[in-house]
Amino acid sequence: MWFFTHVWIMPALMAASFVLILLFGKRLPFKGAEVGITAVAICLVFAGATAFNWFTWSADSPKLAENAPEAQAEAAEVGALSEVPNQCSNVVSGLRSSESEGESSASGAEAPAGEAPTSGTSTTEGAAPAIGPGVGESASAAVPAAATSGGSGEETLTRPIVRCASWIDTNEALVTWGTQIDGLAVMMLVIVTIISLLVHIFSTDYVHGDRRYTHYFAFLSLFTGSMLFFVLSQSTLQMIVGWELVGVCSFALIGHWWEEKPNSDAALKAFLTNRVGDVGLLVGMIILFFAAGRSFSILDINILAQEGEIRHGVLLVASLCLITAVMSKSGQFILHTWLPDAMAGPTPVSALIHAATMVVAGIYMVARLYPVFFDGLAISGSSVNALAVVGAVTALFGALLAFVQKDIKKVLAYSTVSQLGFMVTSLAVGAWTAAMFHLFTHAFFKACLFLGAGSLSHACHHSFNMVDDMGGLRKIMPRTFATYLVGTLALAGIFPLSGFWSKDEILTGTGSFPGSDGANGSYHVMMVMLLIAAFCTAAYMTRTIWYAFFGEFRGHGHPHESGPRITVPLIILATLGAVVGIANLPAEFDFLPEGVLTRFEKFVEPVGLYFPAITHASFNPALAVVSVVVALSGMLVSYLYFWKGAFKPLQGLSERNALARRGKAILINKYGFDWLYTTVIVGFVKGPLARATYWFNQTVLDGIVNGVGKGGVRAGQFVYDNIDQTVVDGAVNGAGAAASGSGGVLRHLQTGRIQQYTALFFAAAAILAGVFILFVG
Amino acid sequence: MLLNQFLLLAAVLFSVGVYGVIVRKNGVLVLMSVELILNAVNINLIAFSTFWGLSGQVFALFVIAVAAAEVGVGLAIVLLIYRNRRSVDIDQLDELKG
Repeated sequence: MWFFTHVWIMPALMAASFVLILLFGKRLPFKGAEVGITAVAICLVFAGATAFNWFTWSADSPKLAENAPEAQAEAAEVGALSEVPNQCSNVVSGLRSSESEGESSASGAEAPAGEAPTSGTSTTEGAAPAIGPGVGESASAAVPAAATSGGSGEETLTRPIVRCASWIDTNEALVTWGTQIDGLAVMMLVIVTIISLLVHIFSTDYVHGDRRYTHYFAFLSLFTGSMLFFVLSQSTLQMIVGWELVGVCSFALIGHWWEEKPNSDAALKAFLTNRVGDVGLLVGMIILFFAAGRSFSILDINILAQEGEIRHGVLLVASLCLITAVMSKSGQFILHTWLPDAMAGPTPVSALIHAATMVVAGIYMVARLYPVFFDGLAISGSSVNALAVVGAVTALFGALLAFVQKDIKKVLAYSTVSQLGFMVTSLAVGAWTAAMFHLFTHAFFKACLFLGAGSLSHACHHSFNMVDDMGGLRKIMPRTFATYLVGTLALAGIFPLSGFWSKDEILTGTGSFPGSDGANGSYHVMMVMLLIAAFCTAAYMTRTIWYAFFGEFRGHGHPHESGPRITVPLIILATLGAVVGIANLPAEFDFLPEGVLTRFEKFVEPVGLYFPAITHASFNPALAVVSVVVALSGMLVSYLYFWKGAFKPLQGLSERNALARRGKAILINKYGFDWLYTTVIVGFVKGPLARATYWFNQTVLDGIVNGVGKGGVRAGQFVYDNIDQTVVDGAVNGAGAAASGSGGVLRHLQTGRIQQYTALFFAAAAILAGVFILFVG
Repeated sequence: MLLNQFLLLAAVLFSVGVYGVIVRKNGVLVLMSVELILNAVNINLIAFSTFWGLSGQVFALFVIAVAAAEVGVGLAIVLLIYRNRRSVDIDQLDELKG
């Protein structure tokens, strides 16, 4: 419990580390790196302890029987929120007080708790409607869902631990900030700290001797701290702050070598593209703030959205706005263009951005506010929605783009774009756990691949051009090769590496494959697109292996294997990337003891009032075989093409065939999105629009302004001549002269002689007495 | 009865006091004239109190106490003026004129 309530120490520690490194880093023996590494290591231990505590905490959680009566289910669900203090969530405190009222009335006159009086004694307005018929309905809906997903007939309710402090207190609304711990947050804490620690260690060698070494580590600390802050958010306002902090840190780190123009351009591009999405984020969060009865609390929003207290239309608009934010932050299609350019930053930063921090923020936001999306997009029982389209298109088109890149990091960047598309699609089809699991596994093998690419370029004079400067490194860099190969196989989804398990869950989660059951909807198009994307993934990753590790060395100089500070993180990440798939073995593997199956689902997925009752698709052996075959055939095609020189007619096709050339040109130009943004949109703004605006400004606006000005001058002159000089000045001068004259007369009265004053006083008193006697008395 | 005579005495005394305040140049004499005025009022109060209850006598006692205080302050002021100017001529104290 101590770890849950003091988890704020982690972001605070990273922030302190940032300040310490900035202030004293240059005077320390290791230039500040040791401060950052120590802080992250402490955080990792802390996260591990938190995760361990979470396991025991979850095991003690109240169980809800499959067919419990509604009132009992509801009481248990409210009881599971016992670690949510009243000031952190209006809705929970409202539920709690009406619950106790319901109990007292039930004991008195057998009134069902569902009809408990809604006039909560001291609750705020927003909280009162949360109880009522809606709760009863959802509870009845949740119970059969529990029956389908858990075989044992009972479900463990999640007990989130919330702690908050007042941040802004107006009479209208109380804004709090604090921490909200549940399985999702704990998982993210573990990922962020592991990846960050390994990236820190990797960086000590990779950016060794850099001119801004200390600055680099300071921002690495801040980046980690921001992500931890974001992950632990208790209110959506805090989420926005964390979101922007992460954006700022990525800006600083992408532009780490800002002396070269392309790097600072890339940093700016990342920042500006994210601004576009941030508008959506702000609007969406504001909509949710008002929809949830003026509350920023994530729990409030989730519970109200989940209970149907917020109208569907409002949720739809809010989720569409938030999708824009996901598109920019998580590099989804049409706002993905910044992500490949962000490769301008140092490679460890890319690993951190792509595996643990920046880009998963969008995914995490959707996962955190899942009821909003689940109800707003009507995910359940549907076959298409906006988020699914965005995700599937990203998964497929990102994978296609990876084929034409020469830069190994850009291949990986498009691979991330594509894999994020997988996660978004998974969220959009209702496979929440699969999405989080893929985030979990992807973090390890993608960090491994990025750091592997960093190790390669470290050996090849800091070039990332695998077509021109690499090749044949298999023998020279065996450790890098082995880890990169493991990462590739995991990414391609080859059994039994981790990528297989998570990708297979996503594919089953679409509910489209014949014979699958238990999914939330039936997203046929999405599954086909994801399968094609999986094929492409396997093929382009094999292509990078060919260019980097096989054939003849095409660069110059003598490449060498990197030192232990680079290879050890690689080995750790490759090992994790290979084995973490066992964290969520399907429930159908009943030949294994029950204690090792669906651990991830059990500990990470929330169950209770603040999370929709999603169902879980059952494992489908046929689909698993299909996905492995697709991945293997992708690798086989690449293998035949590059190693064996098969498909002769295809080689050089783009030089001979106009259609193929055009297709390749489209891919090389990245579907023209950069052209669209820079030439069309920015060009239009800079060119015609700017000229038109300038003309409008010069002629119309300036004309009006000048006309008004001239009119004003004339009117002013007239007023000055006729009114000011004569009437006003006359009055003022007259008043002055009158005052001066009367003063000149009256000053003789004031002689300063007390006896004269006394005489006047007595005279006046005598006169007044006379008047009194004559007229009153 | 005798009230008229008391009132006449008080009026004469009051007028003498006012005359002294207005005309005398010596600060000490002005203060003494003020005492005359106050005592004229005292005579009035006591005279009336013999006809209408004791409150007038109480009031007279208050006036005597206030007068004592006033003389204490007033004489102190006159003393200081004398120390500064070597004179207590009120006509010279006209620096408050406009």
